[in-house]
Amino acid sequence: MGPAPEGSVRLQAPESDDWVTTLSGSGPMRDRAVTQLHELLLRGAYFELRRRRHTVDDVSRGELDDLALQATADAMVAILAKLHTFRGESRFTTWAYKFVLLEAGVKLRRRAWQGREVQLDEALWPALADTRPSAQQTLEEAELLAAIRAAVGSALSPHQREVFIALALNGVPIDVLADRLGTTRGALYKTLHDARRKLRRELATAGLTIGDDDTEATA
Amino acid sequence: MTNHDETRARLRQLLGPAGPEVSCETCFELLDQYVDLEAHGADADARLPGMRAHLEGCPACREDHDSLLSLVTADGDQSQS
Repeated sequence: MGPAPEGSVRLQAPESDDWVTTLSGSGPMRDRAVTQLHELLLRGAYFELRRRRHTVDDVSRGELDDLALQATADAMVAILAKLHTFRGESRFTTWAYKFVLLEAGVKLRRRAWQGREVQLDEALWPALADTRPSAQQTLEEAELLAAIRAAVGSALSPHQREVFIALALNGVPIDVLADRLGTTRGALYKTLHDARRKLRRELATAGLTIGDDDTEATA
Repeated sequence: MTNHDETRARLRQLLGPAGPEVSCETCFELLDQYVDLEAHGADADARLPGMRAHLEGCPACREDHDSLLSLVTADGDQSQS
């Protein structure tokens, strides 16, 4: 465990060091700590699955139990492999929870999209046209929307266009798309980020703005 | 929120955050620290710049954040009761 960077707040509880020391050791104490960590992770997995259960229509109790156990097992592997990277910038339990929440969330999103087609080329644009603001606002927003549509067609690379349509327009969860395309959440978000930068530049060139601070961003 | 506000919000959602943001990998790396700072009432955004913008631009990371904050808060409530 490395030192906290200068200026950071040390929030870790004293037991955080105990967790790391014990899990890094061997024998019955380590076995007990692994059992306790498993209980903690399982609690986190069920917390996430119950929280997001409404996103899946037809999941049985038994299937949820399986997802919880799988998420717990995968998180346990990741945590034990990354134990040396825990820097004590948070409580150990918060650090551990993030792994199991990620695993449970990803598994549930993939389960929710199981068997569903992922649209990469047909964008769901009409949702933006359903509003009834004033005539002037309608014109401005119609102009913005038309400019974005044009830029999606002309300024983005084919891969950027597919990713932007799937994630930003069609609402495909990023982990589901990553799974279908054989890539990662991080790589897809970088593509989405670059596509959004291009679209913002196209709007700016056309003298259009969506009204937020249009500072150049970096990923 | 009016229809006009909703449309603007949807346009902003399409184009993502305007300011600098961290990557998904950095977001995951810092998420526990960010959430513990929030849970303790500290200024997490000042200490870890770029996190808030990313959470606004990335729905999956935002879900992970919201769940972690809820779980940590629930744990805190339980330990106080």
